[in-house]
Amino acid sequence: MTFFEKITLIDRRIVFIVIALAVIIPLLLRVDLPIKVTPEVKKVYDIIDELPPGSVIVMPCEYAPDTMAELEPMLFAVLRHCFRKDIKVIGCLFFPTGVKLIEQEFKQIAEEQGAVYGEDYVLLGYRPYPAVVIMSMGQDFRQSFPEDYYGTSLDALPMMKGVKNYDDTELVLTINATSGVDFWLIYGRERYGFRYALGVTAVMAADYYSYLNSGQVEGIIGGLKGAAEYESLIDYGDLATMGMSIQSFVHIVIVLFIIIGNVGYFASRGKQRGRR
Amino acid sequence: MSFDPGVWLAAILTLCIFSFLYKDNPFYKFAEHLSVGVSAGYYLVVLIRQTLIPAFVNPLMAGYWHVVPELPRSFGIFLLIFPVFMGILLFARFSRKWAYVARYPIAMIWGIGSGVVIPLVLQNHVIRQLQATMVPITVQSWADIGNLFIAVGVLTGLVYFFFSKEHKGLFGGTAKVGIWILMIGFGSTFGFTVMARVSLLIGRIIFLMKDWLGIIG
Repeated sequence: MTFFEKITLIDRRIVFIVIALAVIIPLLLRVDLPIKVTPEVKKVYDIIDELPPGSVIVMPCEYAPDTMAELEPMLFAVLRHCFRKDIKVIGCLFFPTGVKLIEQEFKQIAEEQGAVYGEDYVLLGYRPYPAVVIMSMGQDFRQSFPEDYYGTSLDALPMMKGVKNYDDTELVLTINATSGVDFWLIYGRERYGFRYALGVTAVMAADYYSYLNSGQVEGIIGGLKGAAEYESLIDYGDLATMGMSIQSFVHIVIVLFIIIGNVGYFASRGKQRGRR
Repeated sequence: MSFDPGVWLAAILTLCIFSFLYKDNPFYKFAEHLSVGVSAGYYLVVLIRQTLIPAFVNPLMAGYWHVVPELPRSFGIFLLIFPVFMGILLFARFSRKWAYVARYPIAMIWGIGSGVVIPLVLQNHVIRQLQATMVPITVQSWADIGNLFIAVGVLTGLVYFFFSKEHKGLFGGTAKVGIWILMIGFGSTFGFTVMARVSLLIGRIIFLMKDWLGIIG
C-alpha cells in the first residue's frame, strides 16, 4: 500500500482525536480571534436598539438541550440587550423538552440584569400545535394563554396591561431549532404582518436567507457565529465569542483533512490507472 | 471541580455518549435509552401541567368559560369541551370495532389544516419568493450583480429540473450551469452543517472543562 493510499484510510478515531485536540488546546490557551459583524445580524441589533424604552417584543423560544450550545448564547445576548434598553420581553415556550431550560435561562439573565418578572418580562406557558396558537395569539394572547408559565393570570401581570396581541408589540424574534420558524412565517408574519426576525441554528440558517432577500424576514442570527456577532455588538463577550475562536481552529483542521483526503484520492487513482 | 451531583451526572452521561466515537458499547446504549425515556416522561408531564390543566381543567373548574368574550357563554363551554371530546375520539383507534370513529377528528384536523395552510403556504413559499426573483437587472452597482446572479441561478436551476427535453446543446449547457448553482447551494448548506455540529461539540467540551472540571474560568 502506497503512502497516498494510506492517507485515504486514516482511522476515523484518529480524526476524532485531532478534532478534540483542536477544540481543547485553543480553549486552554484562550486564543481570541476578531469577529466581523454581518449585515443580517446587525439588522436584528438595530431593530431592537432603535425601539423606544418600554416597547414590547415577542420571543418564541423553541429548542432543547441538544441545540442549547448554539442557541443559549444567542438568547443570552438578545436578552441582555433588551433588558439594558428597557425593552419588555414576552417569552413563549413551544418545545416541550426545552421548557424548563428556557425558563432557567430567562431567570438567569433577568437576575444578572436586574429585570423583574411581570414588569420587564413574562413567560407564557407551553402549548402544543404552534400553528393554532400563533393564530389565536393574533386575536388575543389570552385566548391560548389565559395564565402564564407560573399559573398567574395574564391580566394580573403589570407588563401585560394594554398588551392584547401582536399589534401591541414591535417585533417577533424567534430563537428556534425547529420548523416553528416556518409556522411563525406562515401563520404569523403573513397573516398579521408583524416585523419578524430569526435566531436559528447554523444548519437552518442557509434555508432562510431567501426569506431575508424577499423581505419576509428582517434579520437572521445564524448559529454560534451569529451569537458571537451579537455579543460583539452589545460589547459583552461570552460563550459564543469563546466558542467561535475555537471554531476557526476546528475549521482549519477540517479543511486540512479534506485536502489530505483529496490529495490521497487523486494520487492513488493516478497510480491505479498507471498499473492498469 | 464541581461538587454539584447534577453536573456530575450530566458529565458522566456526556462521556457515555462520546464513548460511541470509539465503538458501540453498553454505556452509550444506557445513556441513549435513558435520554429517550426521560424525554418521553418529561414531555408527558409538561403536556399535562402546561396544557391540559391551565387550558382545560382550570377554566372548567373556575367557570371561566368565556375564552372569547364576544361569544355567548354556551358557545364558550362548547369551545372548551368540544376539542377535548374530539381528542378523546382519537383513542378509538385502539379498538377494532370503534376505530372508524377516530376518522372524524382526523378529518377535522386535515380539513381545517389544509384550508388554512394551502393559501398561506402558496403566498409565502411561492408567490413572495417569485416576487423576490423579479428584480431589475442593470450593472451599476454590486447589488445589481447580485440581482443578475439571482436571475441566472433561478432560470438555470429551473432548466435543470425540466426533464421533458433531453439535456443537449444550449439547453444541456444551461442545465449544467444550473447543476453548478445547485452544488454551490449544497456546499454552503454543508458548510453551515459542519459549523453547527462543531458548535455542539464545543458546547459540550466547554461544559466538561468549565462547569465540571473547572479548568477554565
